Order: sequence, then C-alpha cells, then structure tokens
Amino acid sequence: MIPGIIDWLTDPANWSGPDGVPAHLFEHIWYCALALLVAAAVAIPVGLAIGHTGRGRFLAVNLAGAARAIPSLGLLFVLVLWLFPKLTGDSAFLVPTLIVLVVLAIPPIMAGAYAGVEGVDPAARDAALGMGMTGGQVLRKVEVPCALPLIFSGLRSATLQVVGTATIAAVVGTGGLGRFLIDGQKVQDFPQMASGALLVALLALGLDLLLALVQRGVVSPGLTGRTVRRGNTPVDVEIDPAGRTVDAPAR
Amino acid sequence: MTWFIDHLDDVQARTLQHVYLAGLPLVLGLLIALPLGWLARRYKPLYAPFTAGFGLLYTIPSLALFVLLPGLLGTKILDPVNVVVGMTLYTVALLVRTVADGLGAVPEDVQQAATAMGYTRVKRFFAIELPLAVPVISAGLRVAAVSNVSIVSVAAVLGIPQLGLFFTDGFARAFYDPLVVGIIACVVLALFFDAVIVLATRALTPWLRATGARS
Amino acid sequence: MKLSRITLTIATAAALMTTAACGNSGGDPLSTKSSSSGGSAAGGVTVGSADFPESALLAEIYAGALEAKGVKVTKKLNIGAREVYIPALQDGSIDLIPEYTGVLAQYFDKNAKATDADGVYTELKAAVPATLTVLDKSAAEDKDALVMKKSKADELGVKSIADLQGKSKDLVVGGPPEWKTRLTGIPGFKKIYGLEFKQFRPLDAGGPLTLQALKSGQIDAGDLFTTDPSIAANDLVALEDPKNMYAAQNVVPLITKSKSNPTIEGALNAVSAKLDTATLAALVKEVVADKKDADVVAKEFLSKNNLG
Repeated sequence: MIPGIIDWLTDPANWSGPDGVPAHLFEHIWYCALALLVAAAVAIPVGLAIGHTGRGRFLAVNLAGAARAIPSLGLLFVLVLWLFPKLTGDSAFLVPTLIVLVVLAIPPIMAGAYAGVEGVDPAARDAALGMGMTGGQVLRKVEVPCALPLIFSGLRSATLQVVGTATIAAVVGTGGLGRFLIDGQKVQDFPQMASGALLVALLALGLDLLLALVQRGVVSPGLTGRTVRRGNTPVDVEIDPAGRTVDAPAR
Repeated sequence: MTWFIDHLDDVQARTLQHVYLAGLPLVLGLLIALPLGWLARRYKPLYAPFTAGFGLLYTIPSLALFVLLPGLLGTKILDPVNVVVGMTLYTVALLVRTVADGLGAVPEDVQQAATAMGYTRVKRFFAIELPLAVPVISAGLRVAAVSNVSIVSVAAVLGIPQLGLFFTDGFARAFYDPLVVGIIACVVLALFFDAVIVLATRALTPWLRATGARS
Repeated sequence: MKLSRITLTIATAAALMTTAACGNSGGDPLSTKSSSSGGSAAGGVTVGSADFPESALLAEIYAGALEAKGVKVTKKLNIGAREVYIPALQDGSIDLIPEYTGVLAQYFDKNAKATDADGVYTELKAAVPATLTVLDKSAAEDKDALVMKKSKADELGVKSIADLQGKSKDLVVGGPPEWKTRLTGIPGFKKIYGLEFKQFRPLDAGGPLTLQALKSGQIDAGDLFTTDPSIAANDLVALEDPKNMYAAQNVVPLITKSKSNPTIEGALNAVSAKLDTATLAALVKEVVADKKDADVVAKEFLSKNNLG
C-alpha cells in the first residue's frame, strides 16, 4: 500500500490539469474557507452576545447540540433533492455541500465564543466597568481579547471537521480532494484513494498550524494562567459552568 | 408518518445496530484514550505529538477508512469489526486531547494537598486527578458520541445495516420519508447518548452539585 | 471533599455499564434480519445486494425463489459498492448477488471488449475468478443510456448519440466518475462517435444525482439505466446507441461455486427465465415510483410466476 501511495503522489500526471492535486486542493480549501467564513460570521456574533448577556444560552446550546447531531450524509441528500431544482449551474452542486459544512462548523465556533466570554475573569470585567466602560466597550476591549484563545479553539476544531467532511462534496458531483477518494474507489485504484485521504489529513494539519500561528500573533501574551486553560484547545467542549468550579473555586 | 409506522421494524432494528456501532467504540475509545491522555499529561514532550497526532486521525475521511480498513486489518470485509475499529479510532482522536487537558485542569494546590496527605502517585491519579477531570472528559465524550452517530451512517458503504441505509434508499428513490425518518432517528439517538453521558457524569461528580447548592 | 472514595474503577465501570447496557438492550444487534428461521449461513445461502433499488429487488426475488425450494436464506442487502461486495463474496461473507454482465466483465477484466449480449456473457464467464461462477443470464437488461430531456433532444433534433455530432461541444454531460477514464464513458464517446463535450460532471451510475441534475438542467445529457421508470416519468428520452458503445447488461446471478448446487441453480435459472426487460422495468417502477417495499414486490412477482 505504501509504495503505491508514493508512486501515486510522485507521478507528475497526478499533479497537473483540472484533475490534478493542485486543482482539487485549491477547490477543497475554497469550499472549506467559504463554509468557515459563513459559519464564523453567524456563530461568533451570536456566541459573543450569549456570553456577554447570558441570555439565550439555553436555546443556543440546545440548537447547536441538535445541529451537531444531524448526520451530514442525510442532510446532504435532503438538500440535493430539495435544492437541485431551484439552483442553476455550479451553484446547484456547491450550495448543498456548503450548507452541510456550515451546519457542521457553527456549533463548535459558537461554543468557543460563548465559553470564552463566559470564562472571562469577573474581576477583569468589574474593573473595566469600574473604569467607566460601556457594555460594548467591555465586550470589545476586555471580553473578546480574553476570549480569543477559546474562540480560536472553536475555530480550529471546526476547521478539522470541515476539512474532513468536505470530501463528501465529491459524492454529489463537486470537486475537492474527495474526488480522489470517490474516483479511486470506482476504478479500484486504492493508492489513489489512500493518497487522497493522506492529502486531506495533511491539509487539516497545515491549516491547524496556520491557525495556531495566527492565534499566537493575535492573542495577548498577557493572557496566561487562570483565564486561559492550559493546552489551548479543549476541543469544542461545551464547558459546563458547574465544571468550571474545578479550577475556579472562587466563583 | 404512515411510512414510519409501516417500517417500525426496520427503524428499530437499524437503530439498535446504530447504537451498537456508535456506542461500543465510544467505550473502547475512552478506555484507550485514558492512558494515552495520561501519558501526554505526565510527560510534557509527549503532549504536542500525542494530541496533534491522534487528533489527525479524525481527519481521515470515513469513506476511505471504511473501504481501506478491511485490507489493513485482514478482517472479513462485511465484518462489523471494521466499523467498530474505525469508529474507535475517531473516538480516540477526539478524546486524547480532552483527557490530557482534563487531567491538566486539576489545580496545583489540590495535587499538593493530596501529596501532603500521603497519597502515592497512583492513588492520587485514581482518587483525585481522574475524578476531577470527569467533567472535561465527559464534555469531550459528548462531542465524540454525537460525531460517532453521524459518521456511522457512512458505513452503508460496507453493507452494515444501520440508519444510514435510510439515506441511500431515500435518495435513490427521491423519497423524503425514509430520509427524514433516518435523520430524526439519528438526532434522537445522539441526544439519547448525550443524556446518558450527562447522567453518568452527574452520578460520578456528586461534589459539583454539593458546591452548587451551597453557593 | 469525599473524592478519595471515588476511584477510577467505579468511574469507568459505571460508564461502561451504562453504555454497554444500551448497546445490548436489543439482544444481538448484529444479527441481520433474516427471512428464514435458522438464519445461519452455515447450511444455507447468504444473499447480498448493491445499494440501489433494482439490486435489492432482484436479491429479494432470488431469496424468495430459493426459500420456496427449501434453501435456508440469510440476507445482507444494500452493500454500498462493488469494491466491497465482490471481496465479500470472495471471503465468504455473502454467497450470491444479482449482477449485470457488462459491468461485471469490466470489473474482472479491464480490457473486456464485447458489447453484444452473448459476447459479453462469454467474456464474463472467462473472466470470473475460479471460486465464483455466473448462472444463466436473463433476458432482462438494464443498460446504460445517454439520456436527455425530451424538449432538449427535440430542439437539437437528436435521436441517437451519433446525431450529437457537431452539437456536443456545447453540452455538459454527467455520468459515474469512472466515465472519466473508461471506454464506456468520455474516451468512448470520442473514439467511437468522435464526440467531445463541453464539460464532464462526475455524478453517479444512473443514480438519483444524475436524474436530479438532468431534470433541473445542471447537465444536458446524463447516464441513466434503461429500466429506470424516471425516464418516462420525467419526459426524458434515451438516445439510441447505433454503434453499440454500451456493453450488454443482462441480469445474472453471481454465486460462490462451493455454495452452488443443482437445487439452487435450478431455482435461480427459473427466475432468470421469467425475467425480461419489460417485466423488470415494471417491477422497478413499483419500488421507485410507487414507493413499495422491495420484498413485497418480489413476493408478488414470485407468486404470479409460481416460483415462490
């Protein structure tokens, strides 16, 4: 199997043209970026608002939980049946996939955003209010910067899931790295399949490193210790407020 | 609705298989992730490679994994073991980091107190670090449970009957009834797993409720 | 704090119990629904199928016919890919599956060339691995066809694939991913008919995706199967294939040699003798268009023909 993968990956024929690695890699990144952008545009504001006001938490958590539970394959099939007649051209293939990816990405990003804001040291919040900041200023200048590590944690977790799941785009006739999986399977070219899987994993690793670098650049170096959980990615866990008493008994 | 009632047998049988294929790997994955997470926490240099490395397993596309796994394991191709192994890998991928971070979340002063009380390292782990990590681990387990339920539906490729069959069947006949029934069954199942984990966590962490009552 | 009393053993054991208990509450969840009382594959035959309606229907028909002759049958239907169920036949997970002569010959022999029914069948018999065998082929054929909207075909004045000459460059064509490289697909259109298309869209083999894309105009022409009731139901038309680019696709039982015996062969050959394209198309229509269950349709067919 491994020599087969090496042969496939080093064959120049697989690296050019509309069916080559660069083309499908680019498509894959494009779908993922688009989905993550849309998901973040929805989930981060909502998450911040929930964290800041403490309102709508119950509803949002449960909606997100249910969204997480929707099986991607089933949702994709329903969307294709429903949307194909309504859309034309390439968008008919792209939109169902994108919706599936957005639904997948929203819960972890939102969880990161509200858990991040909720987890801000109340003392810091009180200090900011005491200095005369308005609610909006507190959010912008204190809560968001302090919440960044968990926001990034949510984003990174969403990225991993989206990059892996974007392969199902190929099931419904779109491009991306999933093409190598499906096309390989249909002609029993298992090295092609395995190479495709490997490329997906490498892409996920690369994007995660990239986000880690961005995170390092953006997050204030002063944010260490108690406000930030060590090992900055506790996955997209919905941290139970009760659970937080474990490391913040002062509350 | 009529379709659902007429096919109650199928729904029930496939749901049970789905429970098995998603649930067993959850238990196995937790058992494997516990020592790995502990190692990653205990030996600092292992943390990054372990959490990142095992996390990468999660990005292997399920379709590829399910088709290629029998060849790698040497198992019979329709053997449900293939799905169980694949799902266990995904569970481990999600849980190693959670376990490591959960164990790391135990405050230093608590650990020191335990040491001062004469706890050995082993006893400290089982009696203090692990129980205190339960809430974080449980949160990770909830994510894994829901994710497993969704991914198992791809196992239709391997001809293992489970709720995913409703998707392929409904899609093939442009028939919404099985599709919708399948999706609802998956969501209900995921919420059921979630509830079980939440209840188990509650039973395992009685001190959390005690604290809550006092404050 | 009473933490010291809580130990890992209790913790994990409890978690284990809870989850394991849920997992097993229904007895053995992995025993596949079996239509006969025994259910074990030991003395009987395990019938498999691919995961499209016609295949599951044919498998139900085979299963019913065998049971009528007293053969113990277990069913493992809806296996998602040929790359899975052929190895499953070879490793004994299943023993029998309905197949199509053309694609199967192509699967075992990438250089298979014949396109007429008998030629394909002969090639197939030679190509099948030693442990497997195909029984009599039926007259029922479910063949690939290049399908267009009737309105589009009329507009272009096209009745056969050959008529697309000079028009194909503006058309988007959809088909299974393997069309990209196989002579049954894009290379074949070029070599056999001299046609080049504007774009090829990898979809599925005569499946729902191709149908939806055709109906809603994402593709101009696509690969559907001739028994598909959706062709007539959606005002689509299958283009003629005067140069026989598509190989014959007769329905044929593929069975493990060691599991086969005269009773089984007799029962299956009797089924094949009763199946022709029109009958098969009518049966598929009941499943796909009328949303009946495959096992119900299979039973009706068997009892009507005194086979089960």
